[in-house]
Amino acid sequence: MATQVIMPKLSPTMEEGQVARWLKKEGDKVSMGEPLAEIDTDKATMEMQALSAGVLLKILVNEGESAPLGEPIAIVGEKDEDISNLLEGKKERAPKAEEEKAEEKPEAKEELKEAKKEKETEEEEAAEPKKAAPAKEKEKEKETKPTVEPSGDGRRQLISPIAARMAAEAGVDLRKVQGTGPGGRIIKRDIEAAMKEAKPSPAAAPKLRPMAMPKAQPGAVYGPSAYRDEPMSEMRRTIARRLVTSLGPVPHFFLTTEIEMDRAADMRQQINALYPDAKVSLNDVIIKVVAAALMQHPQVNASFQDKTVRYYEHADIGVAVATENGLITPIVRAADMKSLIEIAAEVRELAGRARERKLKPEEYMGATFSVSNLGMFGIDEFTAVINPPEAAILAIGAMTPKPVVREGEITIRQMMRATMSCDHRVVDGAVGAQFLQTFKQIIENPLYLFLG
Amino acid sequence: MAVITMRDALNDALREELARDPDVFLMGEEVAEYQGAYKVTRGLLEEFGAKRVIDTPITELGFAGLGVGAAMAGLRPIIEFMTFNFSILATDQIINSAAKMLYMSGGQFKIPIVFRGPGGSAYQVSSQHSQALESWYAYFPGLKVVMPSTPADAKGLLKSAIRDDDPVIFIEQERMYGMKGEVPEEDDFTIPLGVAEVKREGTDATIIARSLMVPAALKAAEELEKDGISCEVIDPRTIRPLDIETIVQSVQKTNRVVIAEESHPFCGVGGEISAEIHEQAFDYLDAPVKRVSAADVPMPYAKNLEQLAIPDFLQIVAAVKEVAYV
Amino acid sequence: MSSQRTQRQENSEAAARTAAGVMDEPARKDASDILSEDRDTLLKMFHQMLLIRRFEEKCAESYSLGKIGGFCHLYIGQEAVAVGAISALRPEDYVITSYREHGQAIAKGISPQAVMAELYGKATGCSKGKGGSMHLFDARVNFMGGHAIVGGQIPLATGIAFASKYQETDQVTVCFFGEAAVNQGAFHESLNMAQLWRLPCIYLCENNMYGMGTSAQRAMSMDDVATKACAYELAAEFVDGMDVVAMRRATQRAVERARDHSLPTLIEARTYRYMGHSMSDPGKYRTRAEIEKYQERDPIKLFRAKLEENDLLTEDDVKQFEEQVREEVERAVKFADESPEPAPEELATDVYANPLR
Repeated sequence: MATQVIMPKLSPTMEEGQVARWLKKEGDKVSMGEPLAEIDTDKATMEMQALSAGVLLKILVNEGESAPLGEPIAIVGEKDEDISNLLEGKKERAPKAEEEKAEEKPEAKEELKEAKKEKETEEEEAAEPKKAAPAKEKEKEKETKPTVEPSGDGRRQLISPIAARMAAEAGVDLRKVQGTGPGGRIIKRDIEAAMKEAKPSPAAAPKLRPMAMPKAQPGAVYGPSAYRDEPMSEMRRTIARRLVTSLGPVPHFFLTTEIEMDRAADMRQQINALYPDAKVSLNDVIIKVVAAALMQHPQVNASFQDKTVRYYEHADIGVAVATENGLITPIVRAADMKSLIEIAAEVRELAGRARERKLKPEEYMGATFSVSNLGMFGIDEFTAVINPPEAAILAIGAMTPKPVVREGEITIRQMMRATMSCDHRVVDGAVGAQFLQTFKQIIENPLYLFLG
Repeated sequence: MAVITMRDALNDALREELARDPDVFLMGEEVAEYQGAYKVTRGLLEEFGAKRVIDTPITELGFAGLGVGAAMAGLRPIIEFMTFNFSILATDQIINSAAKMLYMSGGQFKIPIVFRGPGGSAYQVSSQHSQALESWYAYFPGLKVVMPSTPADAKGLLKSAIRDDDPVIFIEQERMYGMKGEVPEEDDFTIPLGVAEVKREGTDATIIARSLMVPAALKAAEELEKDGISCEVIDPRTIRPLDIETIVQSVQKTNRVVIAEESHPFCGVGGEISAEIHEQAFDYLDAPVKRVSAADVPMPYAKNLEQLAIPDFLQIVAAVKEVAYV
Repeated sequence: MSSQRTQRQENSEAAARTAAGVMDEPARKDASDILSEDRDTLLKMFHQMLLIRRFEEKCAESYSLGKIGGFCHLYIGQEAVAVGAISALRPEDYVITSYREHGQAIAKGISPQAVMAELYGKATGCSKGKGGSMHLFDARVNFMGGHAIVGGQIPLATGIAFASKYQETDQVTVCFFGEAAVNQGAFHESLNMAQLWRLPCIYLCENNMYGMGTSAQRAMSMDDVATKACAYELAAEFVDGMDVVAMRRATQRAVERARDHSLPTLIEARTYRYMGHSMSDPGKYRTRAEIEKYQERDPIKLFRAKLEENDLLTEDDVKQFEEQVREEVERAVKFADESPEPAPEELATDVYANPLR
């Protein structure tokens, strides 16, 4: 009989746990006592062991998501068992659950996502003129639904398992590899040859999700961002090692820029004039812009994970809030998916509860990037300390009118200094600078927010 | 190290274990006065007497079951089948009694028994006397199945099998009784059950072979070396429980696998090993696992047909080249 | 070798008498020879027969309630065979039997609790819940199991007897089987080896006249199982299996032959099972009248009458026995009901004594 795997109590103070990593996939055999998942508790990441044997039939809580103690997080039973009764009332928690489940090969994952994305866009487009020729749609589907890699002639690309694994590890672009096995199968020696040719270069780095401004889903609840772990290159590892020995556990460096805030301030006023209840603060605008900039610079929306660099899909922004007891950073999950009004409401609510010390651990743990604002204290400029394992934090100073030169003339503008602290193990100077540049560009012309 | 035949190595193992433990007795057709149909039991009657080395009527089901009953009552029988072809008559007692007794008695009755004798292909004895049955026995939980490929393995494994507390099917290759090899002369030389041996190390392909196919695989590896293909040859030695770890480790290194066996391919041990490799080392494969098996036909009599039915080293060479994309 | 030849001559004579239909003289006397037994022994046997009967009735009830699963072969009607035969044994002697073995198990000394718990599939069952109705085992009382391939236990019994001889103990093995098992090769192969090697084994055929739904007449070329012994020059006896004292006497003679002379015996006990082959047997192959005819010679009824006739048992005693047995059965059911199921980890234990990995 199928049984529910519940979120176990793994620490005396734990109230809920976050699934850090599933060690089994749906369909995997599970024996009793075997580690099933890694759970982040308020204390540590612990292995959760299976309490019954069988097959992992269904994952209810995806990686990165949390569940309260005792809540079902998976179902274990016999193969092909009907578990509909156990699933009743269980909603998919992750917005991307379908995507996560797709049975793609690891090396094809990104391409597949792209393909899916394209398809979604196409479907959106097609949604308007609903009468589009079905034949054409079918054709499109064929084009955009490869199970592995589309080869030039549209046939499925054959690849041996070890070749696929090596390609994924080395970041070899399989579309550029000519298979020499039977039927053009890409085999081990083809990858070895490709690796000899291609020097490790930024181009070989895994492709990242292009920035897109997704639709906001009002009222949607987001768990911690999904992510993927990329193996760290030898070069990256060396940088990490050397910087740590010179600067301490997290090797910081700092970038400062001065930003003209007139347009952002105007926009904020206009919104609040239209929606007096929205009470959007300048800090909310900053959060929204940070999230948008992160989507364009995913290298910054990342964390150092010892052997891998973890890249997050969404911008979960930690917002530093001063309380009587000290600093805490409640998290606006998936700020990239949310409207300014949603962000404002959420920050207000979280900050209120933060001051009442009523935040749950997952509401303040596991951001992907943080913003700290001391402008209200009249601070012009400061550096903030990174909240590990995040890769960066943005320190916002006070907005003050200053004389600046514009088109050869001295004029008064609302200026604000922003200083970004970066974890050099993950973010290099140029990468950080490019991010900051984008941030500046958007916030100086907030119209970009709507151009996706 | 003494160089002796597989037959003598087995004879030594039987003699040593009969001498070591008075609860051990040997029973089978022609094992005593005739000195063994294949002379594996030569001299044992004289040494241990008729109480412990016992000729039976031709009554395989009967004496197999008698052995199991004797094991229930505390003895450690060695039951010889003149050939494993005749064990087919005794399968009810091997499978329904020996394999399951410990389990269905809730752990009360262990069955320390060895069923041994020649199996696999013989020379021109046609269909009923020339066949590989290991996949039958390996199918059943409760049984252990051992197949040695060298005189040393034969001796060390048979001694361990006799001392094991579970029923062991010990299949000797009829064509290999005269094969010579080095056997350690140390006192009480044993080889643990359930441990595979890497018979040759290599980097480009793994050949998994047992029994008669081990020498064929080694010869194939030598041939392939000339073409610059380095083969690792693994002999599981114990079919159940299978030492899959050693196999997987090798596959992770070589990425290519050929399984050589003289049994029929369908539902065979090779199919099982292949499945385990796919389950445990899929991401390390560079080519589908390739089996080299006997022809899927009953064994013919005519010499030329018989040669066609049993795989030889050339087929292994061809298979390795196929998986290595040469 | 020479002693074997002498024995062969003796056996030939015995076999010749059996073949000619001349039953051993002692067998005839057994029926009336009740006073030479002490009362305690007789009452113990009466108690056991009653216990087995009530236990089996409870099994039928539990089966219909779904508490017992799988196959369940009841022994009702045949109690005199197991009780009489096993009463002739010492505790260290071996008993091995078929899948219709609740009666033998209890008679050999497995507690009704452990038997019922096994039928209920509980951890406290005599086989830890892994064997069920057809595979009761208890090494402590040398109950060597119920075996569920017809005739499969016969070579095993031969091997157990072989071991006793090899180990030079004077233990005796009794092997129960039905008359249908006689048509299996295992029976013939075993009798041949037992006589050839002079093994202390008693082959006890319970001829209940039906192999599942096929009457012996439709399955055997001859009527008497005992006469098959002459093919192997085995000593044989034909016994009224409804007479518990006769069963005891015949077995005592066979035990003596086994223990003192290391020789096997084939006993054919004529008996009758009242219930179907198993709980799922509709019983279309025989008439109600036939069953009733045999029930007139019910072994418990016959024994009770004989005991009462000889002033060894009163109606009050019977009431007391009934009460005692009722309590024992209730206790067994309660124990089985309340016992835990086997732990899931038990699934994978006891497959190998030396698991290796």
